Amino acid sequence: MSHSKMKNAVDTFLKGKMSRRDLLIKAGKYGIGFAALTQLMGTQVTSALAAQDFDWKKHSGTTIKLLMNKHPYMDSMIAELDNFKALTGMNVEYDIFAEDVYFDKVTAALSSKSSEYDAFMTGAYMTWTYGPAGWCADLNDYIGDSSKTNPSYNWNDVVGNLRDACSWSGVAGEVPGGAGSKQWCMPWGFELNSVTYNQRYFDKAGMKPPSNLPEMTDQAEWFTKNPDEWSYGIGTRGSRSWATIHPGFMSAYANYGLSDFENNGGKLKAAMNSQASKDFHEQWVKMISSSGPKNWSNYTWYEVGNDIGAGSSAMIFDADILGYFFNGNPDNKEAGNFGFHGFTPNPSASAPTPNVWIWSLAMSNFSKNKDAAWYWMQWANGPENAMAGGVKHNQVNPVRESVWASGDFDDKIRGTSPGYMEQYNSSIDGSKIHFTAQPLFFETTTEWAAALQEMQTGSNVGETLDKLAGKIDGMMKDVGLA
Amino acid sequence: MKINRKLFPYVLTLPALLVCVGILIPFFTAVYYSLQRYNLKMPHMKGFIWFDNYINIFTDASFWNTIKVSLTYTFFTIIVELLLGLGIALLLAKRNWLNNILGVLLILPLMIAPALASLIWKLMINPNFGIVNYILSFVGLSEFTWASHPDTVLFTLIMVDVWVFTPFIMVLLLAGLRSLPRQPFEAAELDGVPEYYKFFRITLPMLFPFILTASLFRLLESIQQFDIIYALSQGGPGESSMVFQVSAYLHTFQYTNIGKSAAMMVVLWAICYFLCHVFVQQWQKLKIKTKGELLQ
Repeated sequence: MSHSKMKNAVDTFLKGKMSRRDLLIKAGKYGIGFAALTQLMGTQVTSALAAQDFDWKKHSGTTIKLLMNKHPYMDSMIAELDNFKALTGMNVEYDIFAEDVYFDKVTAALSSKSSEYDAFMTGAYMTWTYGPAGWCADLNDYIGDSSKTNPSYNWNDVVGNLRDACSWSGVAGEVPGGAGSKQWCMPWGFELNSVTYNQRYFDKAGMKPPSNLPEMTDQAEWFTKNPDEWSYGIGTRGSRSWATIHPGFMSAYANYGLSDFENNGGKLKAAMNSQASKDFHEQWVKMISSSGPKNWSNYTWYEVGNDIGAGSSAMIFDADILGYFFNGNPDNKEAGNFGFHGFTPNPSASAPTPNVWIWSLAMSNFSKNKDAAWYWMQWANGPENAMAGGVKHNQVNPVRESVWASGDFDDKIRGTSPGYMEQYNSSIDGSKIHFTAQPLFFETTTEWAAALQEMQTGSNVGETLDKLAGKIDGMMKDVGLA
Repeated sequence: MKINRKLFPYVLTLPALLVCVGILIPFFTAVYYSLQRYNLKMPHMKGFIWFDNYINIFTDASFWNTIKVSLTYTFFTIIVELLLGLGIALLLAKRNWLNNILGVLLILPLMIAPALASLIWKLMINPNFGIVNYILSFVGLSEFTWASHPDTVLFTLIMVDVWVFTPFIMVLLLAGLRSLPRQPFEAAELDGVPEYYKFFRITLPMLFPFILTASLFRLLESIQQFDIIYALSQGGPGESSMVFQVSAYLHTFQYTNIGKSAAMMVVLWAICYFLCHVFVQQWQKLKIKTKGELLQ
């Protein structure tokens, strides 16, 4: 009796006619624990999907295989996977690899034209390689096909900047999402690069989070010169990898109105050595050298997150979700002490312009079960699963507007991470991929990171950037793009 | 079934031939790709460009830096590991319970995967919480930059390589020392020959084939080192620790430039072949010289 009443209550909740608080009160009244409630919600969502005028069972009995990176997004998908299996009658297998080796595995699988995997996790930048090489399918063929896509999928609910960032025409210099773009992947979760700071340290120092890069440099220097519970001021990535350029560095670079390339009618010329860019690099290198970690050139996202979690750094300029996850993990010494801040590095700019990293889902062009794979993709990226991921699990940041607008998601985030929603709201409009889309993305950004390391260890900024630009122009010329 | 006597030797060598073919297929594939413009992300540009990849890499200052760093790394790892390995082997040469226990303990680093050893060292030399930095702080060296500065990165990488691979040299030389004939040493003892003379005129010459073997193995490993370098510095800061394997890895897996990467690997093969040839030649000369001395 109480079970059927609870099912009705869950239905009302899923229709948006009952708040989460009321639902929890009702569950308490009927003696239903949180775990049972979560399971019931999953079942009800599945039943609601199954009731649609769409043949979810079309590929019943088919097995698809996924190639996944170890990540909270993946964990949240796995937690809901039984609902997908019940909905479709399909079987889903998956291989999970740590991020260090994940992209090598993807490259190996796709370049060998293996049909082992039907769909895989990727980043938008990677599809600038996979797409033009013909390794992943154009998802426009599926998204717009009503016979393959369920009526409640609502692609337009996905944040517009993110949809654009996952598509590209394949022509060097053309903007992602522009005319003739193919949808190489669909956003699944994303990161805005903002400031995460240790609220306790800032209170102790009588500071507010920085309002621009010069102020960030001064504050970071103060923290480094006055070590207390912290050892240094600002954490950013510094390893010899493209991953050093795309987070805080590129977000600040773009906020100063700077670009990586000049596009002269499809011919690209490196723009890192313009005078404005040299001035910016000088400022960035000064901040890292005076107030960054001592072994900055070994820093990946992991070290950056670990340091703020352990209380070594006072703030980081990196992915917002990095701060979110380290703040929420009680194993970290400073868990629960973080504040989040949408950051506008350029004193003359009016709003943040974070460069965006998007964990996405793509379909292998060598899959023998493309339609079945699409069933999984539209479910994984669909509104119901996105909501479950955002509210019940750790799918932060969700890619759907509807999840951000949901009171439950809002309650959850505000309850655990003060300032996070404000950070998101102030940053999302200016967020996009600020790099010029071109096939040599990894070569050019890795060289850029190597040049940053050289500058940080004493090389002349102007000369190093001239050398970098010359090298990149040479690379572009080799492939007919300069 | 009888096998023709003339065919029989060929049948016996067939397995070796098959292994040889198995080895040569990837080699010739690499040579084939090295002659092509072959970038996976630009399939439309694929085609033979013959020696352009080689011309490109040999006219690139970065590549010459890679050769320099690779050879420097190889030279210093071999020299330091040989000296330490020989020294430890000499100390452990006498069989007793303490030496037997120490012999087992000293080969422990060799049992750890180099990538794992690098991660352990990465933690130990961390400036914020690393034990090595803490100890060094007592002698005023807490600011040592380890793998994060071009001036100290090679030292750091060589140090980790030495830590991992010295036991390998030690084991080989210890086996060599313990297998040396006793008679020359007994004769020297009777004649009252000084210890240093015994070492330089008896032990070292007789141990030389073992030293060459150990050096050859280490040479091939060191010049192709990847795990330690990638785990600790990824070839940086800048280009200061960029070696062949890291560069080839980046070109293959991140830049998907198979043609250029294959050309690099063919050059690495040529360098290895040349150095091995020199080693083996020296070995042959030594054998002839030893035989000659024995005949006299």
